Amino acid sequence: MSDNHLFIVLIAIVGGALRVSTPFMFVALGECLTEKSGRVNLGLEGTLVLGAMTAYAISFHSGSPWFGVLAAGCAGSVLGAMHGYICKLPRVNDIAIGIAMMLFGTGIAFFFGKAYIQPSAPRLGSFSLGGWTGSQQIETALQINPLLLVGIAVAALMAWAFANTKWGLIVRMTGDSAASARAMGVSVDLVRFLATAVGGFLAGVGGAFLSLYYPGSWNQGLSSGQGLMAVALVIFARWSPLRCVVAALLFGAAGAIGPALQSIGITQGYYFFNAAPYILTLIIMTASAGSKQAMRDVPGELSITK
Amino acid sequence: MVDVAEPMLASRGSPSREWQSDFIVRVRSSAEYIVIPLFALAVSGLLFSLFLLALGKSPLTFFELVNRGGFGTAFSIQNTLQRSAPLILTALAVAIPARIGLVMIGGEGALVIGGFASAAIAIPLVVAKVPPFLTWIVMVAAGAAVGAVWVGIAGFLRYARGVNETISSLLLTYIGIAVMNFFVEGSLRDLTNPNKPSTMPIGDNYMVGKIPGTDVHWGLAVGLLLAVLLHFLMSRTTFGFAVRVSGGNPRAALAQGLPVGKLIVSCCLIAGACAGLAGFFEVAAIQGRANASLVAGYGFTGILVSFLARHNPLAIIPVAIMFGGIVASGGLVQRRMDLPDATVLVLQGLTFVVLLVSETLYGRFKIFQVQGAADRT
Repeated sequence: MSDNHLFIVLIAIVGGALRVSTPFMFVALGECLTEKSGRVNLGLEGTLVLGAMTAYAISFHSGSPWFGVLAAGCAGSVLGAMHGYICKLPRVNDIAIGIAMMLFGTGIAFFFGKAYIQPSAPRLGSFSLGGWTGSQQIETALQINPLLLVGIAVAALMAWAFANTKWGLIVRMTGDSAASARAMGVSVDLVRFLATAVGGFLAGVGGAFLSLYYPGSWNQGLSSGQGLMAVALVIFARWSPLRCVVAALLFGAAGAIGPALQSIGITQGYYFFNAAPYILTLIIMTASAGSKQAMRDVPGELSITK
Repeated sequence: MVDVAEPMLASRGSPSREWQSDFIVRVRSSAEYIVIPLFALAVSGLLFSLFLLALGKSPLTFFELVNRGGFGTAFSIQNTLQRSAPLILTALAVAIPARIGLVMIGGEGALVIGGFASAAIAIPLVVAKVPPFLTWIVMVAAGAAVGAVWVGIAGFLRYARGVNETISSLLLTYIGIAVMNFFVEGSLRDLTNPNKPSTMPIGDNYMVGKIPGTDVHWGLAVGLLLAVLLHFLMSRTTFGFAVRVSGGNPRAALAQGLPVGKLIVSCCLIAGACAGLAGFFEVAAIQGRANASLVAGYGFTGILVSFLARHNPLAIIPVAIMFGGIVASGGLVQRRMDLPDATVLVLQGLTFVVLLVSETLYGRFKIFQVQGAADRT
């Protein structure tokens, strides 16, 4: 492989990371917030798919993609609120509810999405970070969508809020010890309900990115596990919003390896590279589960690591 | 609950009355586990009817079509049974790990990869004209073993590293599908079939036949047999007892010296083998080859079946048949009512959510409470 090829592959991977990482980022941030409050929402895969469908449908009908993004967030928060409400009932298992919500969300999305597979909806725009290089290739590779920046801003805001605000403290306390939260007069159920609903909103926005920017169309195979991987990412990111961003970029890069190699003509093992992100997630989960650092940072009430 | 009640009753009444009370106690305490799921089913049926009404469709037509398409004629009943065979097996793949406290949802992946393995291993045997019976044995072994490994990995990671088994088993499902696609679209692709990437067909001579007198393949019989055997294993053997103890309280089990790790991995191996077998039957009795048709969602429906059956292998049988009917009538409903194929998914998702919500009802109704226990409070 010549230097030129290596350069193309690297640029394609960086570009792919910037392009592909956004949905991971939003879902991971949503899950991070939910898990910080001491609850697990495994259903974000369904939320992501429903968000993608809603965004596409609303963008098609209203003509405004940003309106679609908002609608996707709202659809996501409805699913999140359902999850949050159901989980507060006694004897209900939040992991199992997550699976049920995942099937329910996907089912609803496929049901109403059937009509939107054909029509073309207005998409979100983008701008390039590579304009200064004067190279057409780099310019196209480094196209980014404003949602990526929104995601990074949300992550920074969340990190700041967890560390410096009363609300952040309340969420963290609820996640670490429900008993102390109750002693402080905080309604544990309400905090978790809100955290799950807002988490669902973020995941829905992540879905909007899928259908309105990249890959930029609605079909039933759109997500295939990205929401689930993002949930796994949160453990790897040890419940830090900023590390969620880094992890999402890393994941985007892993997902871009296959197409990047294909762009220089290496097509062998393309389907293997399709499996790469899942395998990587599994390896990362295995490596980070039970590690000392993860045990130190995990919210005390979380059922996912027990 | 029953063993608490027994000595108290014994001191109280005559033998006949004692027997009667004991019987009533048993019925009343287990009725809860039947009535509440049935109630959940009714509520989800009602909610789904409202959903259809909101869309301007008639729920009566829907249920009538499901009844006709799933259970109306001899043909549809056989079609239903045919589809409930993989559901029984994939539901067992959820139920057995659930007994040891794991929410393992990798049945779909184990079915796909198991089916693929049996189709792949059959190719050289078919070419070499090995007798069908021997070929089937090898195919079954390959399918069950690969399926077992698939779920076993998730179980092992759970025990050895504390990796969340729900996420890892679902990841393994995606990996399994990708691995099958990798071979089916690559080195094992049947080039004579341009329409759909598939492995080489195993050929009519090597297809597993129907149960005599019916149009249903042998997978149903195997599923029924395994459900009964696994029920026996879980409720009447030391292994089953150890599994239930470990599921109820892992620390107590460890303190008792039970090999919790081995039990977890064994349960997962059994589960994966069941799902792998389902894959074998999908290949050897229905498809004749491995391709994307294996990814039909049986694994996911199996999760719901197992939860509805409260992870009881015997209860899985009727529940699987019911959902087999719903799946089988999907096409008819789609055509007659002009509904998308995802309608069944919506119904299943809704049922699943309502069912889990109904968990909160246990212990809330006096009528199900055992006499002895009520006396003490």
